[in-house]
Amino acid sequence: MAAVRSMNKMYGVCFHAARQTAGLKASRLLQHRAFRVGAVRQQQPFDSTLEKPQFPGASAEFVDHLEFIQPNVISGIPVYRVMDRQGNIINPSQDPQLSKETVLNFYQKMTMLNTMDRILYESQRQGRISFYMTNYGEEGTHIGSAAALDPSDIVFGQYREAGVLMYRGFPLDLFMAQCYANADDLGKGRQMPVHYGSKDLNFVTISSPLATQIPQAAGAAYAVKRENMNRAVICYFGEGAASEGDAHAGFNFSATLECPLIFFCRNNGYAISTPTNEQYRGDGIAARGPGYGMMSIRVDGNDVFAVYNATKEARRRAVAENQPFLIEAMTYRIGHHSTSDDSSAYRSVDEVNYWDKQDHPISRLRHYMTARSWWSEDDERTWRKQSRKMVMEAFERAEKRLKPNPELMFTDVYQEVTPLLSKQRDSMWKHVQQYKEHYPLDLYDK
Amino acid sequence: HFAFTSQCPTQKMNLFQSVTSALDNTLASDPTAVIFGEDVAFGGVFRCTVGLRDKYGKDRVFNTPLCEQGIVGFGIGVAVAGATAIAEIQFADYIYPAFDQIVNEAAKYRYRSGNLFDCGNLTIRAPWGCVGHGSLYHSQSPEAFFAHCPGIKVVIPRSPVQAKGLLLSCIADQNPCIFFEPKILYRAAVEQVPVEAYTVPLSQAEILQEGSDVTLVAWGTQIHVMREVANMAQEKLGVSCELIDLQTILPWDVETVCKSVVKTGRLLISHEAPVTGGFAAEISSTVQEECFLNLEAPISRVCGYDTPFPHIFEPFYIPDKWKCFDAIKRMINY
Repeated sequence: MAAVRSMNKMYGVCFHAARQTAGLKASRLLQHRAFRVGAVRQQQPFDSTLEKPQFPGASAEFVDHLEFIQPNVISGIPVYRVMDRQGNIINPSQDPQLSKETVLNFYQKMTMLNTMDRILYESQRQGRISFYMTNYGEEGTHIGSAAALDPSDIVFGQYREAGVLMYRGFPLDLFMAQCYANADDLGKGRQMPVHYGSKDLNFVTISSPLATQIPQAAGAAYAVKRENMNRAVICYFGEGAASEGDAHAGFNFSATLECPLIFFCRNNGYAISTPTNEQYRGDGIAARGPGYGMMSIRVDGNDVFAVYNATKEARRRAVAENQPFLIEAMTYRIGHHSTSDDSSAYRSVDEVNYWDKQDHPISRLRHYMTARSWWSEDDERTWRKQSRKMVMEAFERAEKRLKPNPELMFTDVYQEVTPLLSKQRDSMWKHVQQYKEHYPLDLYDK
Repeated sequence: HFAFTSQCPTQKMNLFQSVTSALDNTLASDPTAVIFGEDVAFGGVFRCTVGLRDKYGKDRVFNTPLCEQGIVGFGIGVAVAGATAIAEIQFADYIYPAFDQIVNEAAKYRYRSGNLFDCGNLTIRAPWGCVGHGSLYHSQSPEAFFAHCPGIKVVIPRSPVQAKGLLLSCIADQNPCIFFEPKILYRAAVEQVPVEAYTVPLSQAEILQEGSDVTLVAWGTQIHVMREVANMAQEKLGVSCELIDLQTILPWDVETVCKSVVKTGRLLISHEAPVTGGFAAEISSTVQEECFLNLEAPISRVCGYDTPFPHIFEPFYIPDKWKCFDAIKRMINY
């Protein structure tokens, strides 16, 4: 019923009254989900004596006054949260009551990510790696959602979800190896930094084109549904990527094909320099969900428990009911878009400082922990030192490592090396041997 | 033009039926295989999927919303999750919304992930080529766009027997494949096709007819034009032509074509797609690199003009047998 009331506010039309007149339950409007796999919707028999529309395309009532539905972006879909900005639980029934061990792990993963970001951002500035993207301010979205999934659930990301991989146990050495493109990189040095992937951890390798992962996630979820092994798929993307055609495609396919899939939108306020009011005119991304027939929610992305609760419930129902769920996690991108960006060109330092100092997922969780005496100043100091040491050591190891053998430029284009590629490879080596003083062979593995 | 002798049981099938047969074999032997696209559920606009939904179930043969980027993106995801994905694009003319998913994603999945992930289980099928009245948007042959994309395979059959075998090879192949089906041959081409599954190898051009004076290279519908051209050349000019069906556009069988040109010294390549940047250009460039001193005449390309595919002017547009015959005449007299 609450959902219908918010629909009323959003559209300014009295759905409730219309539903009552029709004698249909209002909740049916939003939750008429068949559990059948790929079911063809039954067409009702046509009867022109009824004063009810017979169109196959929509089930609705007739209305005899002209009124456009007004999109409501002033008081749109509300933001679900569990903690206030000081880390206090607002409604005790919503506290997931996770163990101290679990919460400490959340905190340590978020702070480790933050530490790794600082060091790798600096390393790019020093010319040690070519490029980097930080996750400042969005750590809560990563850890909260990752913790709510099963390890076997498949993750399709965009590029700002390193915390999900970290939560699942991807070692610092492998983060570094990918950024340095050294011989330990699982990706064999082929991609720019932060394009991580891990088969073992079910994290599909990141690609630069935005939103391409969205319809792919729908396909993977469909395959996983057919396997019937209690697996879900989660698909992360930003509010900017949600403008791409692929996003529309993915939403529509997942709903019509009844896929066990969680769409997780990180709405962080900016797509590089483009603020949300230039990205969309509607009520964010969550409001699009109902347009696709999809269950949707908006959450406070800086509240790790809200993210956790929403993802957990979405996952449970997505698998049980074979339908997609859309979670729009509101947050703020504290850092620049990447090392190629200086965001002071398009936003004020004051704005950034507000989020950094007054509404940060890490400090909110720390307040929650300290209020329960789970974390002290000493613990903080010790952990900071320890986590920094771990990152620095991985960093130093990665830097010393050679780059992968240039042979690897020619493999994996196809499963097999084709005759043409074999010829090109031989030609490359012949050339490099002849002109070896012009090629940095010493940096590469033999 | 169509004849196939085989020991195993065969059935008279046209090209769309041979496609159905391949899909039927696949759904029977591979429990993960799914077929999807616009209108495939009722049997498809070209009847390639008739009967499959009833036989194998609604979860395996299903319609998608009208969205090519979605169809291919979804197909990639199915393949990445380990299932066999057979995606239908209703006409090759409409494949372009999926170009990003094909070129930036499918083709690069294995390479960019260091072989952690791949979509080798994906096959995309699309009706291709001129049909007499198709005009701009029901006649295109887009193979050249995809030939420029390392990581995918592009395959075009000339007949029902080749179609079934090549399609089954594409499905089995652990790389994403695009299979273009000459729509004009869907009903017109009829052969005795083996009922059981079999494969025709990819990246192996087939010499259909041996000859000594001119090498003719083509694929799909144009093979049948070239067969007639070869006969005309023999009867009217006493010229012996070696006819090669390239079959796989990418990766293409350089060795077979070059070996033939070394023998004959003359090459004619013909395709419906526009001549500039068409795949004949790639073949021509490679052959002149490899066989320069063997060439008796410049390599000839008889292709569509550099216009969109026209409606009423189709008879003037297509690279018909007279244009090809004339090209041979000029090559012989060079």
